[in-house]
Amino acid sequence: MGDLADLTVAEAAAGLRKGDLTAVELLEAVNRRAAMTEANLHAYLTVDREGSARAAVAADASLNAGKDPGPLHGIPVALKDNMVTRGLETTCSSKILSGYLPPYDGTAVTRLRDGGAVIFGKTNLDEFAMGSSTENSAYGTSRNPWDPETVPGGSSGGSAAAVAAGSALVAFGSDTGGSIRQPAALCGIVGMKPTYGLVSRYGLIAFASSLDQIGPLTRTVEDAVAALEVVGGYDPLDSTSYPGAVPDYRSGLDSGVSGLRVGVVTELNGTGIDPEVQAAVDATIARLEQAGATIVQLSLPSVEYALSAYYLIAPAECSANLARFDGVRYGLRRHGETVEQMMSNTRAEGFGPEVTRRILLGTYALSAGYYDAFYGQAQRVRTLIIRDFEAAYQQADVLVSPTSPTTAFAIGDRTADPLSMYMSDVCTIPSNMSGDPAISVPIGLDSSGLPIGFQVMAPALGEPVMFRVAAEVERQAGFDARAPYASSEAR
Amino acid sequence: MAYEPVIGIETHVELTTDSKMFCGCQVNFGSPPNTNVCPVCLGLPGALPVVNARAVEYAMTIGLALNCSIAEHSVFARKNYFYPDMPKNYQISQYDEPLCVEGHLDVEVGEETSRVGITRVHMEEDTGKSTHIGEGGRIQAASHSLLDFNRAGVPLMEVVSEPDIRSAEQARAFVSELRGAILRLGVSDAKLEEGSMRFDANVSLRPVGAEEFGTKVEVKNMNSLRSLQRALEYEIERQAALLDAGEAVVQETRHWDEEAGSTSGMRSKEEAFDYRYFPEPDLVPVAVDDEWRKRVAQSLPELPAQSRARYVAMGLEPTTAGLIARDVEAGAVFESAVAGGGEAQTVANWLTGEVTALLRKTETGLAASPIDGAALAALAGMVADRSLSASAAKEVLAGVAAGEGSPEEVATARDLIQVSDSASLEPVIDEVLAANPEALEKLRSGDGKVMGFLIGQVMRATGGKADPGAVSRIIELRVG
Repeated sequence: MGDLADLTVAEAAAGLRKGDLTAVELLEAVNRRAAMTEANLHAYLTVDREGSARAAVAADASLNAGKDPGPLHGIPVALKDNMVTRGLETTCSSKILSGYLPPYDGTAVTRLRDGGAVIFGKTNLDEFAMGSSTENSAYGTSRNPWDPETVPGGSSGGSAAAVAAGSALVAFGSDTGGSIRQPAALCGIVGMKPTYGLVSRYGLIAFASSLDQIGPLTRTVEDAVAALEVVGGYDPLDSTSYPGAVPDYRSGLDSGVSGLRVGVVTELNGTGIDPEVQAAVDATIARLEQAGATIVQLSLPSVEYALSAYYLIAPAECSANLARFDGVRYGLRRHGETVEQMMSNTRAEGFGPEVTRRILLGTYALSAGYYDAFYGQAQRVRTLIIRDFEAAYQQADVLVSPTSPTTAFAIGDRTADPLSMYMSDVCTIPSNMSGDPAISVPIGLDSSGLPIGFQVMAPALGEPVMFRVAAEVERQAGFDARAPYASSEAR
Repeated sequence: MAYEPVIGIETHVELTTDSKMFCGCQVNFGSPPNTNVCPVCLGLPGALPVVNARAVEYAMTIGLALNCSIAEHSVFARKNYFYPDMPKNYQISQYDEPLCVEGHLDVEVGEETSRVGITRVHMEEDTGKSTHIGEGGRIQAASHSLLDFNRAGVPLMEVVSEPDIRSAEQARAFVSELRGAILRLGVSDAKLEEGSMRFDANVSLRPVGAEEFGTKVEVKNMNSLRSLQRALEYEIERQAALLDAGEAVVQETRHWDEEAGSTSGMRSKEEAFDYRYFPEPDLVPVAVDDEWRKRVAQSLPELPAQSRARYVAMGLEPTTAGLIARDVEAGAVFESAVAGGGEAQTVANWLTGEVTALLRKTETGLAASPIDGAALAALAGMVADRSLSASAAKEVLAGVAAGEGSPEEVATARDLIQVSDSASLEPVIDEVLAANPEALEKLRSGDGKVMGFLIGQVMRATGGKADPGAVSRIIELRVG
């Protein structure tokens, strides 16, 4: 057996059950890998050595006792640092939460612990999940394991880098406008945003409540299924949680795409997409057709306004969600002569420039006299997007596009121009606006050796068909390259 | 010039649900600070609200009692402003789609009934409590402040009236009627002094006969019905004086000072508040279907106005009926006493007079006192069969209240049973008449003044136990 850190979740789970390896050995392998890669990649903000060691020992003991709580049992897991973990520092990569120890676990975290997962650490992100590169982290930029001079994407960049580098077998992130899928694409792994409401948001530090969704970053589509099985399902603590039963995602994974209609969205392909990326996507579409899918070209006219509407709705919600960080009860506090001064000083020092920009944008969009022209109008666009998707799903079972218009870009390339950074999410934002599931699957490398991601979108609760198509894309692509900076011979 | 006041009232009521509006924390006043708290009501990062269905039901109850329509679909919104005792720096409230709309409440002032429109009834969460340490207890001068979040997230309901009120007295009657209804519904303890029911008033003046509203002033900090009436009377006079002097009324919020008996403008804000309301994305709309609405409607108890009408039909004077109807405990005792055979007006008079005075003296509530329906029925029976005089009945009541036993036991022990049967009284009366022939003669010749003298003589002879009415009747027969 090679390095255990390079196993997929499915392989490790099988090995654990056969007795070929133990959770403690798996954790040791991940620890070794992290020790080797972290200096270059900075995927993690916090590693919980004691907690993960205890969890691994407990996982082995319970397996020996004949218990099997599920597919992530004994598997080292990384969590984006906006998922609250009891007693384990949770910062959202913000100075304002420096040293913050939550007194409770979020629902997804509780389900992971109950499922025997070994929580290894907390990964880096753009501050409060606002960004597409992790360059907005107050604790330093994470780097792409394929080329440390480039970004890993964002905002779940640390999670993507960890999985690509082997310092976690699976990671969780949050996706508000593409924050799971885009970094997964840039790091050559699978990243999936579930249907809004499928995974409880309880314990996810909110960026934009109506768009945020927790999801997995994994090396394979099958592993994404395993991860979703553990964290998904109704939670009474989240009023927007989907109340139905979680369907079977696995049975269709080997069914192929014969007879399925695959819609190619005109507005998300071609224009504005890097030619090398589009060529790889087109080749993948052709292979799906060869595998028996019917390709349908279709249009989502309102999607052109998705980015603009998103940048009103998300900042509006964030302006309220982030109001609680005021220095009164927890986190950073900077003295002031009056309570207003204290709050103002705390927030001015605690929030970075991108967070400040979005709070200002959102506050403005909601203010008296502007509400209808900005926030109200954006909500109307959102309704149109939902309708366009509904119509499209009459003609196609899934929709496809590139995940990101480009492969990983150089660190510093887009920091001076927020708009160019915002464009990174042009293909991923529409699914957040509609609340539908979407997944990014790696399909190859560009001429610089950087990974390209392929996006499969499905209607609400359409995860089974989405996974089915994604599994076919994965098989057809045969993508098995390893990130150079994940190997033991890291340069 | 003569002006007509135009008044609207906003009332906040803390609901007495077991748990808070959006989390499972206990609603329990008087707990040590920050003990009834959790990630949700502390607004910790990542926590999410979940609507308390019982609170919705309580608010619906009030809406139905106020004749409102219940929205099938109502929406929570975020009201954004920074304040240290508000954990999220936004309050979850209802804004443009409240639970209950377009109702009314009938209010009686004297003999006159008027209808006050109810614009809306909506739900929201309460804030925590700040205690400012330092000069004056105000945040501006405080050296530091203590925060208690036990109250944060307690369900609040806001009732907004139409500007249909035309006098301070009517405003007082409105709040009193509303409070009576809330108490009867059992959804809040509605204590004005403790702040579980609080109200603000918007008041403006316009020339009598004018259609257009004048500039309104919001008056705050009134914590009793009396202070509401005084504050409004003051404010109406203040505005009238301004208008008479040709000055403009400034739109502002004014603070009522109970001791000074005046209102004063609150520190002016540098800018008007913009609460930036938007729909709360963490909550789905509250859906009330027909079945739920009907179930709540059917569970509504009789409201004070309905009780009052019934009591009037039972023979009570409207004023007494109103007083009894407004008090849940008095109503229960009254009804039980009447059911036990007590004469309605007699029982009601005791309840609103003697009993109230006794309870006030001993600082006990009616429910905790030994005075119950059975006792009042027995007492009324003794007065009706003339074995007790009206004044003796009051003495008996005091004895019952003091725990000395049933009315019969107290009357016997205190030797208050009066003699009214002819067989016992006639021999005594005949003796008195025989001993006072001159008086008897005067009475026969039509001089009624001596009747009192003769009754007094009989009373003296019986040690005060004779029933004066019976004595008078027998003497008249003898004179016949």
